[in-house]
Amino acid sequence: MGFGRVVESAAASRDEPLFHAEWEPRVLGMIVALGAAGKWNLDQSRFARESLPPVDYLRFPYYRIWLEAAEKLMLERNMITAEELSAGSMISQPQPIRKRLAREDVAAALEAGGPVDRPADHDPGFEVGDAVRTINIHPEGHTRLPRYARGHVGNITAILGFHVFPDSNALGALGKGEDPQWLYQVRFSAQELWGKDRHPRDTVTLDLWEPYLERP
Amino acid sequence: MSGTHEDDHDHSHLSEMDARVRALESLLVEKGYLDSAAVDEIIETYETRIGPRNGAHVVAKAWCEPDFADWLKQDATAAIHSLGYVSRQGEHMVAVFNDAKTHHLVVCTLCSCYPWSVLGLPPTWYKSPPYRSRAVIDPRGVLAEFGLEPSDDVAVEVHDSTAETRYLVIPQRPDGTDDWSEEQLMACVSRDAMIGTALAQKP
Repeated sequence: MGFGRVVESAAASRDEPLFHAEWEPRVLGMIVALGAAGKWNLDQSRFARESLPPVDYLRFPYYRIWLEAAEKLMLERNMITAEELSAGSMISQPQPIRKRLAREDVAAALEAGGPVDRPADHDPGFEVGDAVRTINIHPEGHTRLPRYARGHVGNITAILGFHVFPDSNALGALGKGEDPQWLYQVRFSAQELWGKDRHPRDTVTLDLWEPYLERP
Repeated sequence: MSGTHEDDHDHSHLSEMDARVRALESLLVEKGYLDSAAVDEIIETYETRIGPRNGAHVVAKAWCEPDFADWLKQDATAAIHSLGYVSRQGEHMVAVFNDAKTHHLVVCTLCSCYPWSVLGLPPTWYKSPPYRSRAVIDPRGVLAEFGLEPSDDVAVEVHDSTAETRYLVIPQRPDGTDDWSEEQLMACVSRDAMIGTALAQKP
């Protein structure tokens, strides 16, 4: 809670530019374009960002986080080397990639996006209205169950589909691949999550996969 | 920004970050991983074509056409796609409707998930540690910084975008706009109103 204000005013938010330096849009465009190379998936890229040194993660501007994580991913995959980064030019042979995104393919690639719903091979284990308790886990790897929502009781408010499970997908070849699971919207009261001094009407919903949930 | 990275006759004005990013881009181009023209095109798309006007169109249409509003409630992805707003970070959409008893607010505490297809790129504060931590713990305190004070009988419902589902807030239609056209109504709908940190209001 010690992070301070979000904005100085509503007007300050309205007038905020999209980018604050010349390099920021270049990083945005580069990282989006590199997705076509097929060298990492969405969850691997999220994990690369969130596993940066915590102090850097908190103080770096957003696109700097993207940049640091992308360099890390490319170094890990031998797409580039530290020597090449220092020199700014090619020293070792390139790694094979799925595709280099060309200008004429940008519109189609953005339109295609990356849907994560998959054909379901079993029925959902919970129904709308069911009470559920989130599990308490602290994995070394990637998860999308936030720490503040572990071990709490809420109610299923929607069944959102059968979606790729990030905890597995982030492991790449080391995991069970996409391992899709049922995804639910789960509503928690603010008092359940944060204590009795919260407003009694306020709630928080999270979108949670079935492996995160158990019957209370 | 288009083309400025190729203007390399004078590095003295470049910050360290500008120089670093320029060097990386040139390395990735040389290695055959990247086409700078594609980077230009992506930037131009988000600077000129994909932004909050898309979302404002969705909202205004929902205000004007009850059938469209119902479709948004049932299947926001299909309803939004029907207007041509089909692109990344909008593959799985949910629309949440403000009313007299509920005010919705969207956040991504784990990273910065945001409905790009209808709102474009997120503002800096949306991606910042203060918003990402405080929106779930103290939503009323955050709303107050934006000048909003929901009354005690209104429930604030925060949506933490923990999956690939992207949330779009449909704000309440401003009073006194009954005879307004869809185009006029769009001008009432700001980006922040569709995140939940503002109300729709007459321009």
